[in-house]
Amino acid sequence: MSLDKADVEKIAHLARIAIDEERVPDYASNLSGILGLVEQMNAVDTDAVAPMAHPLDMAQRLREDAVTESNQRDKFQAISPKVENGLFLVPKVIE
Amino acid sequence: MEWEAVIGLEIHSQLATNSKIFSGASTAYGAEPNTQACAVDLGLPGVLPVLNKEAVGMAVKFGLAVNAEIGQHSVFARKNYFYPDLPKGYQISQYELPIVGKGHVEIELEDGSSKTVGVTRAHLEEDAGKSLHEDFQGMTGIDLNRAGTPLLEIVSEPDMRSAKEAVAYMKKIHSLVTYLGICDGNMQEGSFRCDANVSVRLKGEETFGTRAELKNINSFRFVERAINYEIERQIDVLEGGGKVVQETRLYDADKDETRSMRGKEEANDYRYFPDPDLLPVVIEDGFIEATRGTLPELPDEKKARYMEAFGLSAYDAGVLTASRDLAAYFEQVVEESGADAKQCANWVQGEVSAALNKDGIEITESPVSAAMLAGMMKRIADNTISGKIAKQVFQAMWAGEGDADAVIEAKGLKQITDTGAIESIIDEVLANNADQVEQYRAGNEKVFGFFVGQVMKATQGKANPQQVNQLLKGKLQS
Repeated sequence: MSLDKADVEKIAHLARIAIDEERVPDYASNLSGILGLVEQMNAVDTDAVAPMAHPLDMAQRLREDAVTESNQRDKFQAISPKVENGLFLVPKVIE
Repeated sequence: MEWEAVIGLEIHSQLATNSKIFSGASTAYGAEPNTQACAVDLGLPGVLPVLNKEAVGMAVKFGLAVNAEIGQHSVFARKNYFYPDLPKGYQISQYELPIVGKGHVEIELEDGSSKTVGVTRAHLEEDAGKSLHEDFQGMTGIDLNRAGTPLLEIVSEPDMRSAKEAVAYMKKIHSLVTYLGICDGNMQEGSFRCDANVSVRLKGEETFGTRAELKNINSFRFVERAINYEIERQIDVLEGGGKVVQETRLYDADKDETRSMRGKEEANDYRYFPDPDLLPVVIEDGFIEATRGTLPELPDEKKARYMEAFGLSAYDAGVLTASRDLAAYFEQVVEESGADAKQCANWVQGEVSAALNKDGIEITESPVSAAMLAGMMKRIADNTISGKIAKQVFQAMWAGEGDADAVIEAKGLKQITDTGAIESIIDEVLANNADQVEQYRAGNEKVFGFFVGQVMKATQGKANPQQVNQLLKGKLQS
């Protein structure tokens, strides 16, 4: 499967990544190469193999339902560009 | 042309855990902004989610309650999208292997019939934070206290055919999650929310029409209104020769209409993939069986018991068992008063419910406790007061004037059962109404009611009605 310029731009938009217009052909060729590898793997007959959701063959450990975290808002907000009344401020989101 | 609506609901139910689904931060509602958002909830680099055991147990409870298969091997996936109240850039949810598989519930319709609605699946996921769009220096404020709160998203089959059926289904699920104690069901605080997928087709068609997804519906009343508005809108579009566009629409309760959320709907591409930070969740048979043992009596079973043990009609039993709190109130009244269950049901569904509606409060906030109502029922049973006077006593108890005995005493409402006293009042009534006595004796039995009325009036309703009838009959026939 080969990606064109429009595909690359869409992927960049979905990932919110700003890309350099000139490098789009490079990205398209690199990403197409990755997809080519995936296609190659897809061609292998895996009918007899159960799909895995994780490379480790282990089960998720569960935690007890207890509150263990205390309020550290001031620390977290010290590294935030802008806060007000305890809220993080971000560029306006229009609904 | 006859149209038919096809409706499916996605219900988000916040699970009543103490801590978040993947972190040890508190889930308590109403805290100062961002004081319950820890490094995991903020999506800071290097953090790892660890799954809350209680959230898993609650999901299993729900699955058992809707007769669903429990996904004994279930997987968390990342649902990728960008929004500032989702700091990681993805929501941890479930995609291919949810914890609860196909199940079903029974709903009751207005005509008394019932219908089975399929539950497609229910999966665990984390809630997002809240965006506040009031003006903060021209910016949007973000509160991440809610981020990471466990949600059970319950997806129905497109089995509903009217807004009323959708509401009945939503109420059923609400009743189940609150009975199970896995959700507080508070719709104002957003603990129980619903999106509706609505489409219409010509009656008899096999295929579904194009659907619109309605968001932001936070009450049973609005679900019905939003769906009805949307059905009408789609029929108008189709009959006008147009096409329904697949889109997300927001319900505006103030204007009672739905409107398109985005001019240009970008096809959702969430790029789901298994979350490498979380291993598959394995649920052993033993865990499922142990959970089954903790299930309380559920609304359908309770309803059947009320019909069987108390002789209540399906309708009465359905109303009383719709809420676990109301059912508990009713049962306490029956138990403590020893009165006839049907009579207790009438009071709970009648006076109590009317007063609750009038004051806009819940049964748990009732100023007349179950014990107080039981106390009053006892006074009806032992003939201290009549059913009619009881309404006066109830209103006084509601107004905070004390329990039944205190009210009866203070207001002098005790029923007159002294035969001599009633007789002397009857004598007086008969003496003052000689004309009517003549009429009665001449064969006009209708005036009997007039005499009863006069005696009750003279005693301010306090005379025992059976005694009045009996004594009056005796006097008039003598």
